[in-house]
Amino acid sequence: MKANSNLEKILERGEFAVTGELGPPKGNDVEVIKKKAQFLKGNVDAVNITDNQTAVVRMSSIAASKLLLDLGVEPVMQMVVRDRNRIAIQSDILGATALGLKNMLCLSGDHQTFGNQPDAKNVFDIDSIQLIGLVKRLRDEKKMLNLEDEIEGDVGIFIGAAANPFAEPFGFRPLRLRKKVAAGVNFIQTQCIYDMKIFKEFMKAVCDMGLDQKVHILAGVTPLKSAGMTKYMANNVPGIIIPEELVKRMAGVAKEKAAEEGIKICVEQIQELREIKGVHGIHLMAIEWESRVPEIVSQAKLLPRPVV
Amino acid sequence: MIVGDRKPIEEIKEMLAPYKKILLVGCGTCISVCMTGGEKEVGILASELRMISELEKKDWEISETTIQRQCEREYIEPLKEQFEKADVVMSMACGVGIQYMAEVFPEKIVLPAVNTTFYGTNVKEGEWQERCAGCGDCVLDKTLGICPVARCSKGLYNGPCGGTDNGKCEVNKDLDCAWYLIYNRMKEHGKLDMLDEIIPARSWKTSLHGGPRKRVREDAQK
Amino acid sequence: MSNNYEPKIIAFCCRYCAYTAADLAGSMRLEYPSNIRVVQLLCTGRIDVLHVLKAFEQGADAVYVAGCEPGDCHFLEGNYRAVKRIAYAKNLLKEIGLEPERLEFFHIGASEGPRFAEAAKEMTDRALKLGPNPLRKKQGE
Repeated sequence: MKANSNLEKILERGEFAVTGELGPPKGNDVEVIKKKAQFLKGNVDAVNITDNQTAVVRMSSIAASKLLLDLGVEPVMQMVVRDRNRIAIQSDILGATALGLKNMLCLSGDHQTFGNQPDAKNVFDIDSIQLIGLVKRLRDEKKMLNLEDEIEGDVGIFIGAAANPFAEPFGFRPLRLRKKVAAGVNFIQTQCIYDMKIFKEFMKAVCDMGLDQKVHILAGVTPLKSAGMTKYMANNVPGIIIPEELVKRMAGVAKEKAAEEGIKICVEQIQELREIKGVHGIHLMAIEWESRVPEIVSQAKLLPRPVV
Repeated sequence: MIVGDRKPIEEIKEMLAPYKKILLVGCGTCISVCMTGGEKEVGILASELRMISELEKKDWEISETTIQRQCEREYIEPLKEQFEKADVVMSMACGVGIQYMAEVFPEKIVLPAVNTTFYGTNVKEGEWQERCAGCGDCVLDKTLGICPVARCSKGLYNGPCGGTDNGKCEVNKDLDCAWYLIYNRMKEHGKLDMLDEIIPARSWKTSLHGGPRKRVREDAQK
Repeated sequence: MSNNYEPKIIAFCCRYCAYTAADLAGSMRLEYPSNIRVVQLLCTGRIDVLHVLKAFEQGADAVYVAGCEPGDCHFLEGNYRAVKRIAYAKNLLKEIGLEPERLEFFHIGASEGPRFAEAAKEMTDRALKLGPNPLRKKQGE
């Protein structure tokens, strides 16, 4: 065991894992987190806490993760290299693990020009793959980057990273995953999947390289809320591919039935993903729709969550 | 070459407001080739400023000259007399030239007429693109000649982020994804295995993060 | 003042087209305003932004460049380049505080004497409407 987190134990036992996602508030109201957490508690094994996603300033990932932990839900602290140099990164990791956080997702981060501070200076001192190696070294060798003396204490972290099978060049994506595995990642959460064909090809390449034996892959899903959202995501979000038939299916139902249809699609997707070799769980990103998580996991027959 | 853009006229007007005798100095090297601050552009700005002075009753006296290079003392020194006659000097060179003229003639204020933007190349008529970040530790051997520091919006060393869209960068659809280009070039050369090498966290000491840089060659010194 | 305002207009004309058209307009005895001063260019591709600015700086009330019809340039693309430079120069006029309408590009073929006269009239009308170039000081020059 690397960190003894709930997520790690479930994956190591070979159970099909379920992770959720919670975006911290654009403010410091703890109630927002409490409210969202109640829908996730008991329905997922761990919850990703985003780190200023889309470069919009929000409550810090570490603080929100700790708040969630105190509510009895296991967090996956996300960390982007956009805003921190190696000094801040290592300091934050030491602080986060001291607070009891055990899962961490290593990311590059959306470019700051997208967010609400587009004039910010970015950092990118190291990249996400170098971050994976840095965390692994802290954990396994108790050594900071480029230093030989050992630190005090244990940095028990179950290391995660992202993969996007839908960003070009497609041919590079399995190779990039291999690189992350070589750097020391323990689990992968993918970008939300709508195009099963591309994802299956990706997973086949991943399994052919034997990577499914070395890393736990959690397939990303995001329920579609409406025809409008579907169309918007299909046309405007880089790195997301939504097949035409799904756009049509969402457009084909009455407005008040759209949410229900979106959830139905999501449940079907989960069932299909479960059958794919190498998929060890799902990562359910119900963006600002945490309240619907219980019914999705229930309909997908993922309840009750195993207690380990 | 070093590429720059002429500053907006309003900014230039504001800088020049307190002065009367203005010497406008162009540079005949990079900034001239990128059509921003050579002899011709000095002529244009001088003409504009003379007209503005007339229209807005500013009473400016504009004189103009262009030297071969503002980054070398021997080209700047002959301007001594012209510098002495002027209340202020406005340079149309890159940031190097602007500063170096002020260093050679410390008693004069030298103002910038140009925003220095990047080290780049003239990819086609009327278009310049950034190519180098001057980071002091070249990795072009590992990326087959495409710089991830200058040309990836996130300066990533180990492959593209998840935001590539049809080979373009998520930041701007007009911008090629550097890693998309690197991947394709590796593929063309049958060197995709190069992608497996994890480039470790680098030292930024060689770039500006180690403080301003200098280079000494003793054999070239007196 | 406006009573004795005689606009001074500079026309940069390509010798292969507009300059010939100006001759033709003369031999056709077409009437066009007499305050146009024609400067012959070998090709409008020779026009420089600085030529235009200098003309205004020295008091021209309007300036225009007349080149070949699209596709007819003797040097293949000189007229296209001139069109772009004039567009650029219009922006400079704007930032200086002069009306960009004082500057224009016209395509005038060698046989188009009447078109030459029209362009001359058009620019004279604009100069009259906009009034004298505020930079014009030395009358009689």
